[in-house]
Amino acid sequence: MKVALRINGTLREAEVEPRKTLLDTLRENFHLTGAHAGCEHGVCGACTVLVDGAPMRSCLMFAVQADGYEITTIEGLAPAPGELSVLQDAFCETHGLQCGFCTPGMILSSHALLEREGSPSRQEIVEAISGNICRCTGYGQIIEAVEFAAERLRKANAPRGSALPHVGAPGTEPSAQDDAAIEHGILEAATAHDGGPK
Amino acid sequence: MKPAPFDYVRPQNLAEACAILSANEDARVIAGGQTLVPMLAMRLARPAVLVDVLRLPGLSGIRVEEGALVIGATTRQVEAERSPDVVRHLPLLAAALPWVGHPPTRNRGTVGGSLANADPSAEIPLVAVTLDAEIVTEDEGGMLAMSPDDFFIGPMLTAVPMGGLVTQVRFPIWQGGRIGVGFHEVSARRSDFAFVSAAAQVEVGADGACTRVALGIGGVGDRPVRLDVGSLIGMRIDETVLEEAVEAAAGGLDATSDLHASAEYRRRVARLLGARALADAYAEALAKEHG
Amino acid sequence: MTADPSTFRFVSSNRRVREDRRFVVGNGHYVADVPLEGMLHVAIVGSQYPAARILGIDASAALAMPGVHYVLTGEELAGAVDQLMNGLDTPNVRRFPLAVGQVRYAGEWVAAVVADTRALAEDASEKVRVSYEPLPYLTKAGEALEPSSPPVHPPHGSNVLLDKTFVWGEVEKHFTESPRHLSFRVTWGRNSTVPIETFGVVASWDPWREMLDVWASIQMPKYPDQIARALRIPANNVRVHQDVDVGGSYGVKRGIKHTVLVAHLARRLGRPVRLLEDRLENMRGGDAHGPERIFDVDVAFNDEGIVKSMKMKALDNAGAYAGRAPFQLGKPIGAIVGPYKIESVQYRAQSVTTNKAVQEAVRGFGQSPTNYAIETAIDKVARACGLDRVEIRRRNFIRADEFPYLIPSGTRYDSGEYHTVVDKVLAHIDYPALQAERDRLRASGLLAGIGIAACLEPSGGNSSFEPLLNEKNQTTTWMDSARINVDGLGFVTVTIHTTSAGQGHETLAATVVAEVLQIDPDLIRIVRPDSLACLPSNTPVGSRMAIMLGGACFHAAQKLKAKLTRIGAFRLGVAADVATYENGAVADPASGRKLDWAELVNIAHRGFHLLPPDTEPGLEATHVMQVPTGDKLPEGGRVQMYPCHSFEFHMVLIALDPVLGKPEIRRYVIGHDCGTVINPHIVKGMTLGGIAHGIGAALLEEFVYDDEGQMLTQSFMDYLLPSSHEVPQVEIVHHCTPSPFTVFGQKGSGESGYLGAPAAISGALNDAVADLGIFFDKLPIRIFAISDAVAAARANPTGKTAV
Repeated sequence: MKVALRINGTLREAEVEPRKTLLDTLRENFHLTGAHAGCEHGVCGACTVLVDGAPMRSCLMFAVQADGYEITTIEGLAPAPGELSVLQDAFCETHGLQCGFCTPGMILSSHALLEREGSPSRQEIVEAISGNICRCTGYGQIIEAVEFAAERLRKANAPRGSALPHVGAPGTEPSAQDDAAIEHGILEAATAHDGGPK
Repeated sequence: MKPAPFDYVRPQNLAEACAILSANEDARVIAGGQTLVPMLAMRLARPAVLVDVLRLPGLSGIRVEEGALVIGATTRQVEAERSPDVVRHLPLLAAALPWVGHPPTRNRGTVGGSLANADPSAEIPLVAVTLDAEIVTEDEGGMLAMSPDDFFIGPMLTAVPMGGLVTQVRFPIWQGGRIGVGFHEVSARRSDFAFVSAAAQVEVGADGACTRVALGIGGVGDRPVRLDVGSLIGMRIDETVLEEAVEAAAGGLDATSDLHASAEYRRRVARLLGARALADAYAEALAKEHG
Repeated sequence: MTADPSTFRFVSSNRRVREDRRFVVGNGHYVADVPLEGMLHVAIVGSQYPAARILGIDASAALAMPGVHYVLTGEELAGAVDQLMNGLDTPNVRRFPLAVGQVRYAGEWVAAVVADTRALAEDASEKVRVSYEPLPYLTKAGEALEPSSPPVHPPHGSNVLLDKTFVWGEVEKHFTESPRHLSFRVTWGRNSTVPIETFGVVASWDPWREMLDVWASIQMPKYPDQIARALRIPANNVRVHQDVDVGGSYGVKRGIKHTVLVAHLARRLGRPVRLLEDRLENMRGGDAHGPERIFDVDVAFNDEGIVKSMKMKALDNAGAYAGRAPFQLGKPIGAIVGPYKIESVQYRAQSVTTNKAVQEAVRGFGQSPTNYAIETAIDKVARACGLDRVEIRRRNFIRADEFPYLIPSGTRYDSGEYHTVVDKVLAHIDYPALQAERDRLRASGLLAGIGIAACLEPSGGNSSFEPLLNEKNQTTTWMDSARINVDGLGFVTVTIHTTSAGQGHETLAATVVAEVLQIDPDLIRIVRPDSLACLPSNTPVGSRMAIMLGGACFHAAQKLKAKLTRIGAFRLGVAADVATYENGAVADPASGRKLDWAELVNIAHRGFHLLPPDTEPGLEATHVMQVPTGDKLPEGGRVQMYPCHSFEFHMVLIALDPVLGKPEIRRYVIGHDCGTVINPHIVKGMTLGGIAHGIGAALLEEFVYDDEGQMLTQSFMDYLLPSSHEVPQVEIVHHCTPSPFTVFGQKGSGESGYLGAPAAISGALNDAVADLGIFFDKLPIRIFAISDAVAAARANPTGKTAV
């Protein structure tokens, strides 16, 4: 059957068997491989995408059912190539992942929560990600990431002068060393040679 | 884990849906698919045709009508969860819905789908049984309204007529002012199928005595059941009264045994959670203003 | 320890983990994302029987279906490839990717169907007719010990793969002399790491270049060698692509049978072939289960609670083939006394075959079950002596001034400050307040208990358990490597030689090289060449990468720094040992003259005439590192197992309703000491993740077989992984006792948390029910089992109940 799906703001067409899940269609027909197959029976959440802004299992939906909705995959979240959304950056800040396999689903579920609720409680975050199984992290740094992103988003339009404190568990604040650029660092090396591209 | 091949049709109206269903005995209704698709993926279900009713006109929505809260079959569970009408008129369903699956499955799963799949531990069927809702089906022969006792036959088994489908469920609204509800559930993980769930709704009179009471238990046997705790009517409920009533009502409860919970466990916990749900419901009702 | 912690710039600082950026945008590169033109897909036909003779396979109906290319059987495959590597000396326990002649467990792979799509392959797999003659079978380890039990491998003669008794020290004398003894049995249920990504592999054969290209979700030492051996092709005809991201492993991603299968098919069919296990294949026949173990423990102690000697018998149910199961009984020998000064130990390791799926290496390689048995013993001794469970641990701990400490089984522990870690945890948690909280919970009608576990994470893994259990294996080398290249523009590229499954190896390598060279880590590129361009690596097993990859990077960077210093010193006209290296520049401290990075790079790449005599041009350094302390074979049953020993101390408060039986973790604190931390984010994640995994093992996760030999827990609806609801907020109390054997004092942390969490949770639940006379002696401890035991105990208050 022919399907026309609106994915990350673009209408895309494919010829699929009715039995082909939205997950397989995203991955195989549209090469959007950020959604992952973990269990293919709706438990693990690695295949989560947003359908009209709400997180859903793309393994529990057939592509032929998916027309007429606005489908958002993890590929649709970053604002520009090389640029992360506030939430994605927060996951990097707290290291809210390890192997990365559950991460797209985890971020999309959290994204939907933050769209709905600007100041989620820990319990609300736990509930929002409870359908996404992570085997690496034990969830601690994921919850910190969502809390951190909420904090940043709330302060995004704060008036000038309001400080932006780091949140998260004590002791996780980046140390001054993080930004310690090395004065005689290797960037200079690029200018000292006999031509060649920079 | 790919489903066996099937044809897919999306009828334009209910009549067309019923015609397709009655013409093809291997046809199966799909709405949200949150229960059906895993069964398809594991090839435990192998319909020849999937009839997608999710977008059929008139099957979705929540409205108050003749003393009942009517929920269209294709209403998403999340819509019911967030509906002010459900919170106001059907607080027991509001209490139960957060226990259904987890957020992403509630975003797509439907109220009617949960009823039609008749999982013995599912929350929406339990509330329907507890409140003696009316489950409405339709086929080419017309509409049929059934009580949950007639509708739920066994695990994943209902009395939906061949060639028909669930179209709506009508939950009776208790009209009194002092109504309270209680809902409890235990499962291995929060979003798993319940080993035992208990739903209770109580109305109290001006004197603090029970005027109306309903208690349902899910997950224990092959379908949710309503327990007769009518002995509480006219009583002011305390722990002793409650335990006696639940003990008497739950005495003959059929219980299944599996890897995750023994039959003894299910029976024991059914009594406990039944009593807790009733106690919560009573306390909530009492706390409400008179009239 | 070579480096001075006071000078650390990047090591131990909270820098971001560089790998994270690609994953948060969904740009990981997993095996399922590898697109190859003309790729074919495999689905598996699995056995319905736990044991049966294969009488025939009729694939004609399957082959007649459009889009179906091939059906491979065990007979054909066994004729074309060599059997899979067998670590033990059990030549008659033969294993091939597909069953040959006989199936040995329900779910075992019988045939592989190849088709244009996975869905078509599944359709066709239903049409493959296999006729079987059912055979007697067994599922319980105890039965397997009986000579009359039906043999899983008849040519082997029995179901016993391994039965070896070690006696270290004067066990009998100590038992005789000790005034008190106790004994008990505990059982560790069969579970595994169960990554969210199943195992997958893609193979492609180029007949013109005679090259087998392999992309796999792999974490396995000597993977290319094993492929080449099985396929009987030269090892340099196998090219494994290491740039594949692995979606979780924790030990188990070792799909050698999958790989040999698709590699054979790729050669046979001349097309790229892919096998991605689906979840059912993974759980039933992926051969990635973990230890299933019965411990019988006797301890000899005195009235003060000092444990003098221990006898432990560990009977492990390996499943249908040897796999890595027997060796997982061997590794814990390196920490067989835990953090305690137990003077002598008798250890009997028994591994038996049954008709269950095969085990693979699981996080900790048998250590977590062993720790559960040891910690249960310590709790029981405390109870017998009427002592507090923290106090008894303090009394038995090795003291800080006793390191390096030689344990009876021959391993020298590197360092530790166990008493200090415990003090810090007790101060953090306020132990009296925790006890008061437990008592308050009890008074409110709940059951409540405190769980305590103190244990070690042996790290820096080698394979000393192999020569220990198989004398024909004389391997002592267990290396890892790094290569650093500074290009003509002065940019630094480091190669690492293994895949990663979320451990942050790129961050590790960049941090270490930057630390030594004193340059910005963010400007260092990390690459993973394919296996033919690789230096030796034994992959991230045995909690080794901080020590081994970190060490290799350190030494390679030191070599590079030395070369830079030589070049600079030569130009400055001073001796190399006089010149100083700082921030990439080399200076003469006397005159203050210096050459900066750019000048040094320029000389190395373009100024051969300016180099010191006998100096290779360019800037490249390589280091291949052997495991510290890994310098000899086992002797007389004694062995130096791993070099480093991290310490963890768990305290957990659990409350539960006695009828519901559902444990609620109210507080979880872990004291953790893995020496010098290279990246705090990574270590924190490992520890929290390990605890979550341990909660699963203690309460939720088990591969259960019924009496018919069928597995009941094939899907995620029955095999229950902890979700965010089940994992509490965990508080970590840090401590750092540097290891003297590693470059920065680092130890391993890849298994942290998991090694003690099951013991701690079991301890808490047993504390909660001890007054009822109940003892939970099997993991996982299921909700209904708790409730049923409490109900039985209350109905019969005088009886003792073991559950």
